[in-house]
Amino acid sequence: MTAPASEGHRTARFRVLRRKAGDAAPHFDDFDVAVGPDSTVLEALVAIRRDQDPSLTLRHSCFHASCGTCGMRVDGQEGLACVTKVGDASEVTVEPLANLPVVSDLVVAMDPFYDGLEPLGRPLVRSSENIPGALPDGVEAYTRYEDCIECGICLSACPIAGSDPLYVGPAAIAAAWRVVEEPRGREPGPVMRLMDDDQAAWRCHVAWECSEACPSGVDPARAIMQVRRKAAGARARRLFGMGGRS
Amino acid sequence: MATTVDRPRPAAGGEEGRRGATGWFDPRGRRMGGLAFILNRLTGIGLVLYLYLHLVILSMLARGPEAWDQFVDIALSPPFLALDVLLLTGLLIHGLNGIRVGLVGLGFVASRQRAMFIALMVVAALVAIAGALRIFSGE
Repeated sequence: MTAPASEGHRTARFRVLRRKAGDAAPHFDDFDVAVGPDSTVLEALVAIRRDQDPSLTLRHSCFHASCGTCGMRVDGQEGLACVTKVGDASEVTVEPLANLPVVSDLVVAMDPFYDGLEPLGRPLVRSSENIPGALPDGVEAYTRYEDCIECGICLSACPIAGSDPLYVGPAAIAAAWRVVEEPRGREPGPVMRLMDDDQAAWRCHVAWECSEACPSGVDPARAIMQVRRKAAGARARRLFGMGGRS
Repeated sequence: MATTVDRPRPAAGGEEGRRGATGWFDPRGRRMGGLAFILNRLTGIGLVLYLYLHLVILSMLARGPEAWDQFVDIALSPPFLALDVLLLTGLLIHGLNGIRVGLVGLGFVASRQRAMFIALMVVAALVAIAGALRIFSGE
């Protein structure tokens, strides 16, 4: 399937992993797309859907790395398609996020990911930090939100989430650590006790892929290690009869 | 303040879409930490296989001095010495990276995990080269 390249553009081949409900197995479809020097993978996918195959399913919204909906694997590496440039690649392989059930083509079901976050009751506004600088006219105050955009990329990149269906995943542990760091009305003790578990913080095998892949600077791996350090300290104190839980 | 928290449900959901244990060895798109993870698993499996091989070799002692001398002759051949170098390299990578995983995994020097991996692998390479020279020189 080919779209003509216009002036200043060249043609790149996109190999897109396709799977619809009822398909026995996924397969790759190839699309030739006209791309410019600043084209993103998302722009190319939208062009494929518009010009070549309206049945291509993908999810996106903001086009500027804020909504977290266009997470996918590009040439085997997780990223937000909206800010992943095609560059000078002549062939680009696009696959849905791993470790989550595929709904259709590049869209995965995020429910399992959200289910991991929900019980932690994570507040979304980070009240402990303010954005420095003068406010523009008409703006009373900035609201500093938490960094996680809930894209699921950390879960896809994690090798342990790929093999252990009981692991709660990097995002949930990072969210738990934020509750411990800044409780904002929550009680951190029960959250810590949940994370001090062999299917939570202790299941991580320090591959650091979650932090490397995170497009929003959350650094879940660091958070996991902080949880472990705190949990190990609490265990040591209990062991030596110094009291204290997590 | 809330006093109870329900256990989070597993994030990866069902079997569908998961990479599985074979995904541990898929190097596509992996960064340094992921490659260290793969390397640790490969060397770990290699060391476990060596352990069993070692037990098989030791069982030759039960077959008498002649069988053992015959094996020692084979063990001193260059291909076998190359396997010794491979074993030493695997031990160094697994052991040194294990120190890094242990330290980082308990929250120590987590921000330096990448630099630590590079430094430890340089040490592993230098010791492996020195060991290879010594093994092949027959000292």
